[in-house]
Amino acid sequence: MGVSDDRDLDPHPGSPSGARPPVRPGGGALRRSPLLGVVIFVGGAIGTSVRSLLEQAAPARPGEVPWTTLVINVVGSFLLGLLLESLTRTGPDEGNRRVARLGLGTGVLGGFTTYSTFAVETVDRLGLQSLVVGLSYAVGSVVLGVAAAAVGYRLARRVFGHGAGEPTR
Amino acid sequence: MTTLLVALAGGAGALTRFLTDGAIARRNRLRMPVGTVVINVTGSFLLGLLTGLFALSSADSSGAMVKAVVGTGFCGGYTTFSTASVESMRLWLAEGRGAGIGYAATTLVLGVAAAAAGMWIGRLLG
Repeated sequence: MGVSDDRDLDPHPGSPSGARPPVRPGGGALRRSPLLGVVIFVGGAIGTSVRSLLEQAAPARPGEVPWTTLVINVVGSFLLGLLLESLTRTGPDEGNRRVARLGLGTGVLGGFTTYSTFAVETVDRLGLQSLVVGLSYAVGSVVLGVAAAAVGYRLARRVFGHGAGEPTR
Repeated sequence: MTTLLVALAGGAGALTRFLTDGAIARRNRLRMPVGTVVINVTGSFLLGLLTGLFALSSADSSGAMVKAVVGTGFCGGYTTFSTASVESMRLWLAEGRGAGIGYAATTLVLGVAAAAAGMWIGRLLG
């Protein structure tokens, strides 16, 4: 139990095994520390509320690029890349740092960004009249999201330096 | 009232995502973080289903309220774009460009297909 039950924000998924000791919470961690569940819940409630308010303030127009969701998802991807790499650079995933990762990362930014609204908005725009809009929105969101995450990641590395034993890229 | 319920549903969605991802990661032997794909695809299907079901509901109806709470709240808190982006980037760095692009493309195609299937089924039922 508890060997690797939290891959949601694993600092190094897919990296060669043994590169870093697996320190991961998960369902088991919640039983040991129910407060982490509260932190994720509250963070998710905050992130979801902010997104909902922004979507109400600037709703997507039929047939046009849903700019609000696009900006939310790209900004959230940048912030998550920045947050996770900053935490990885500055110490082990425990105590307040784990609370920050789960509360701000899994909770706030996970709740703030959304794949489901993005997917439904894309389907809504894949009709003949707005096919180009739908395809541009879909591919553009994903490309900009990954690029934004990479910018956040690189910014954190620049600020906090390269960690010991990390391959330089 | 709806605002509060959307927030609570968002918190429940985030917690469900954390537990689902942990349960899948325990069984996952692939080098790809499958949990986030499963979460985003199932969440997209559910939001599509609600969108189809309540496509004709007026703004102040109970259907619109259900769609706001379960759709905007729960599905929004459950699915995540930021983790998908970060995981694509990490796979790109760790396993090469093909793995990163493949992961992002797989999530995109399956997510959009699931949303379309949900909307279609929802319209049939609605």
